[in-house]
Amino acid sequence: MEIKREDILHLADLSNFAISDAEAKSLEKDLGGIIKYISQLDELDTENVEPTYQVFEMENVWREDEILPQEADREALLALTKEEKDNQIKVPKVL
Amino acid sequence: MKIANKKVTAERLVKDALAKAKHFEDYNIFTYLNEEGALKKAREIDARIAKGEEVGRLAGVPYALKDNFLSPEGETTAAAHILEGFTSPITATAVKKLEDEGAIMIGRVNMDAFAHGSSTENSYFGPTLNSHDKKRVSGGSSGGSAVAVALDIVEFATGTDTGGSIRQPASFNGVYGLKPTYGCISRYGVVAMASSTDCIGFFTKTPEDMDLLMSIASGKDTKDLTTLDDYYNNSKATKAQKVGIIKDFDNDSVDKEIRRALKHKCELLKSKGYEIVELEMPALKYALAAYYIIVPAEVTSNLSRYDGVRYGFRSDDSVNLDELYSHTRDEGFMPENKRRIMIGNFVLSSGFYDAYFLKAAKARTLIVEEYAKAFSKCNFILTPVAPNPAFKLGEKVNDPVAMYLEDVMSVPLNLAGVPGLTIPAGKTDAGLPIGLQLVGPRRSDKSLIEFSKELAE
Repeated sequence: MEIKREDILHLADLSNFAISDAEAKSLEKDLGGIIKYISQLDELDTENVEPTYQVFEMENVWREDEILPQEADREALLALTKEEKDNQIKVPKVL
Repeated sequence: MKIANKKVTAERLVKDALAKAKHFEDYNIFTYLNEEGALKKAREIDARIAKGEEVGRLAGVPYALKDNFLSPEGETTAAAHILEGFTSPITATAVKKLEDEGAIMIGRVNMDAFAHGSSTENSYFGPTLNSHDKKRVSGGSSGGSAVAVALDIVEFATGTDTGGSIRQPASFNGVYGLKPTYGCISRYGVVAMASSTDCIGFFTKTPEDMDLLMSIASGKDTKDLTTLDDYYNNSKATKAQKVGIIKDFDNDSVDKEIRRALKHKCELLKSKGYEIVELEMPALKYALAAYYIIVPAEVTSNLSRYDGVRYGFRSDDSVNLDELYSHTRDEGFMPENKRRIMIGNFVLSSGFYDAYFLKAAKARTLIVEEYAKAFSKCNFILTPVAPNPAFKLGEKVNDPVAMYLEDVMSVPLNLAGVPGLTIPAGKTDAGLPIGLQLVGPRRSDKSLIEFSKELAE
């Protein structure tokens, strides 16, 4: 599959990257090369093969639904943000 | 390794390690030096030793922490701009276990940002230089860890291995590096890359040290539900008889000095009475393509949390929330982070999902089955780690596919969840370290470490 500039812009949008024209240009080349490489899977016969999504030996690991003490309290977590007001994280306007 | 006692103080060990770290400053190994914190801990341990108290199996042992392990000492940045300024309020389980035994972190070490890379050149802090040739890369992503151990600054270093990030830098610097069985060591408090392949492991100078660290770090953690029961400490090393070599890797794509080293080790094993079995594993040829679909898909999900809101870097050039996200992410991620996130979004997009992500998940099944088949014919497999010894700085950094090809022989293990141990296997004529990779079935970590002693010369 051939990757075009509009595909790059769409993927940048999905990824939440405000990319420049120069970046779009180099991504077009790099992603084109990567997609060409990964497309070689086409030639592998996977007829009647079930997919594997994880290699952990167990499924559905359950635990009691109980509240355990947390290492970091609200103050410690809020201290990590750039701007805080009244115990809330402050961001620029939404609209 | 040297452990503090009444004669050799922890303070002496830590001071020596810090002095060496400064001496080798030009290698750009450390992203943070924990001078005050390490010395304070060392003095506490010495005071306890003086009182005759139990001080743990790693008392006063200086170690280096890969910068993607969370702890309150120094900023945890994963060598990425977007985590700049982040000091963790929590401690990773692995770090806690090591420190409970008295180990002392003397510094955080460099890596490819978010562990995306095979040379440590993708770090926001610039590359770490190879321990044997400053014009060459340290390997990656755990380049700083490997060089800190190879230059004898610390006794051991932590690493993470998603597709070779422990084993390849270990081979480039001539030290031991273990990627354990998937699920062996808790990943709580470690920056996530690809959750279905991420593993925590170590760099050491000897198999004995590796065994000690594994016995300390492995086991179930209620904070990481993908941890296995403590099979490591509840298993005994089993004797091997047959060692497999993979015919599909024995060709011109692998450096001839590495092939020579492999042949030499096979001769050594034969002289000790082991049988060498030739294996055909044709699906491994597709492991790299499958890996660079599955891992970016998981990366794109795991890295969606970095948005400048709750922690780390925030772009100050935005008038609304949407811009805050997109400017922070554009300025904060390295080019390779962006490529992986975008490829992940591509392979998961409707219209491409079946052809890429689902196809790769099916290829993964074939790879898992191929290992199961191989281990019905032999106890362990011995292969190269990477197709070449350490390459020159700048040689591959502008060619993502060339860099990915570094991982061609290391990623299949991660897809299958089996353990792999890099062992030193001599040097090239030019003096660069060569490493080989010993691979075993799931949960064979202990036997693997024990067997590696047979290959030491």
